[in-house]
Amino acid sequence: MVDDALGGLDEIIARHANREGPLLPILHDVQAEYGFISEDAKRHIAKALNLSRADVHGVVSFYHDFKAEKGDRPVLKLCRAEACKARGVEALVANAEAVAAGRVKIETVYCLGLCSVGPNAMVGTSVHARLDGPRLGALIEGLA
Amino acid sequence: MVTVRISDDALAIACGADQVAAAFTLAGHTVERVSSWGMQWLEPLVEIDGMGYGPATADDVAAIVDGSSPLAIGRIADHPFLAKQQRLTFARAGKTRPTSLEDYAATGGWQGLARAKEIGAAATVEEVIASGLRGRGGAGFPTGIKWRTVAAAQADQKYIVCNADEGDSATFADRMLMEGDPYCLIEGMAIAGFAVGATRGYIYVRSEYPHAIAKLETAIKASRQLVAPFVLEVRAGAGAYVCGEETSLLNSLEGKRGEVRAKPPIPALVGLFGKPTIVNNVLSLAAVPFILSEGAKRYADYGMGRSRGTMPIQLAGNVKHGGLYETAFGITLGALVDDIGGGTMTGRPVRAVQVGGPLGAYFPRALFDTPFDYEAFAGADGLIGHGGIVVFDDSVDMAKQARFAMEFCAIESCGKCTPCRIGSVRGVETIDRIVRGERPGENLAVLEDLCHTMKLGSLCALGGFTPYPVLSALRHFPEDFGPAPALDAAE
Repeated sequence: MVDDALGGLDEIIARHANREGPLLPILHDVQAEYGFISEDAKRHIAKALNLSRADVHGVVSFYHDFKAEKGDRPVLKLCRAEACKARGVEALVANAEAVAAGRVKIETVYCLGLCSVGPNAMVGTSVHARLDGPRLGALIEGLA
Repeated sequence: MVTVRISDDALAIACGADQVAAAFTLAGHTVERVSSWGMQWLEPLVEIDGMGYGPATADDVAAIVDGSSPLAIGRIADHPFLAKQQRLTFARAGKTRPTSLEDYAATGGWQGLARAKEIGAAATVEEVIASGLRGRGGAGFPTGIKWRTVAAAQADQKYIVCNADEGDSATFADRMLMEGDPYCLIEGMAIAGFAVGATRGYIYVRSEYPHAIAKLETAIKASRQLVAPFVLEVRAGAGAYVCGEETSLLNSLEGKRGEVRAKPPIPALVGLFGKPTIVNNVLSLAAVPFILSEGAKRYADYGMGRSRGTMPIQLAGNVKHGGLYETAFGITLGALVDDIGGGTMTGRPVRAVQVGGPLGAYFPRALFDTPFDYEAFAGADGLIGHGGIVVFDDSVDMAKQARFAMEFCAIESCGKCTPCRIGSVRGVETIDRIVRGERPGENLAVLEDLCHTMKLGSLCALGGFTPYPVLSALRHFPEDFGPAPALDAAE
């Protein structure tokens, strides 16, 4: 990581320094800013918070939201929990993967809290309900 | 030109509410964004002078305004889905602008906090005990008893932590409350803080709920002076289901891996950063302003047996009329699914319902006379959990659902205890063998034994309750597990 990026990191760390339990808020911001949490970032954050690199690595690897590597594709989160299963999401998966054709990453998520109007998906912070094959396909195509 | 009310709840938005609102604005009308009534099959629901139209699209604007739209449902408040509800916690749903302090105060807001300060901290705790309120997150522990423990603890700092890590499929009541009536939760937390002597509060919201996080942040900022000296902060989860377990949530708040802690010590005595801490669900805390302002007795007058008050029940999955149904405990499962939910969306027969999230039992129609009550559900080998109901039609494969319960546990296990971490993986493998017809009798015995070990040996409800969906699927739907002998025959 270049010095510039570490500078940005310091800014993020400073923003949360006076909070109780600042690690998750810091990691959220780093993930949002850089798209992943690099090895250098882990070391830098560990040093700033007086933790070991292993402590920070352990936290990063525990949570689904934190990525150790930069994703190179747009991500669509598709809910495959019980309520969306009951509304037929499983029948959409194969075709969604075919439409994505490696251009869009389809991640499984368990529940978006829109459980009476599924199948549901989320892109960034925008939510999409009542998906069927064509609607989900169009959503994926729009990201690709 | 008319004034229209359209919800800005995430579900309404996911169904296109923003586009509908924009179309009304473009046509020169005034749009007010309000909370959702909870009739989700009608979202986006458009309200003009109390009359409803839904589900609306941007193309329906002209017809709705001139009264010719076939989407008309009549007066919203008189709709049968709403008319029979007993909305105490969700009294404002559909009626107020979520972050408007003016609307909140005009609808009885802050009166619970005012009364708490009037009667004092100790009497406030007693009031919550007398209401009979039990933890709405799923465990059903008496809320007031927890408060009394924290109140009696001596410490330089105490905390109020709101568990808003609503990860169960079919649950969205926490989300609706946080998005639709955030001040109600804030007031409930401020009352809790006053009652037990805690000056700091955290709301731990799952990251899948960005709309709720945004609303809460706005509301906390706007109400800072009103709840002072109590200070509140929102913290976002990071996509771990297990963080809905209270000790795992506390570890996560502290910036650690969301691993479960062994109890004792209980969080009420050794909680966040080792300090006495109340950890309550959103719905438990949001019930408190009513209990304080209207009195414990009025709340306790609702319900049955040891389940007092109301439960915001969530109807979801393959259901015709899905949404939020708050009612007194005691209503039967069948009434909820058939009469209120209207059966399935697909029109096929209801075969099974799962109550209480991914760790809740599957119920066949034969058990639809079970009343919604903590003890009655426990008696039927199930749990009401956070009050979510997923409806399945007759196309469901219950062996697949049982397998998914184990698979979900394996994916979401924090890894701290062996029965959950390894048992769930073995569970998937064993169910696969049964379905393939490999020595089904023996493998059923293994599965049952495994479930027994998980139930009794796991540290928390994730491993401990995963056997509920698995065993209930086996017990009530043995025909889906191949030509194997039923569970009872394997014993």
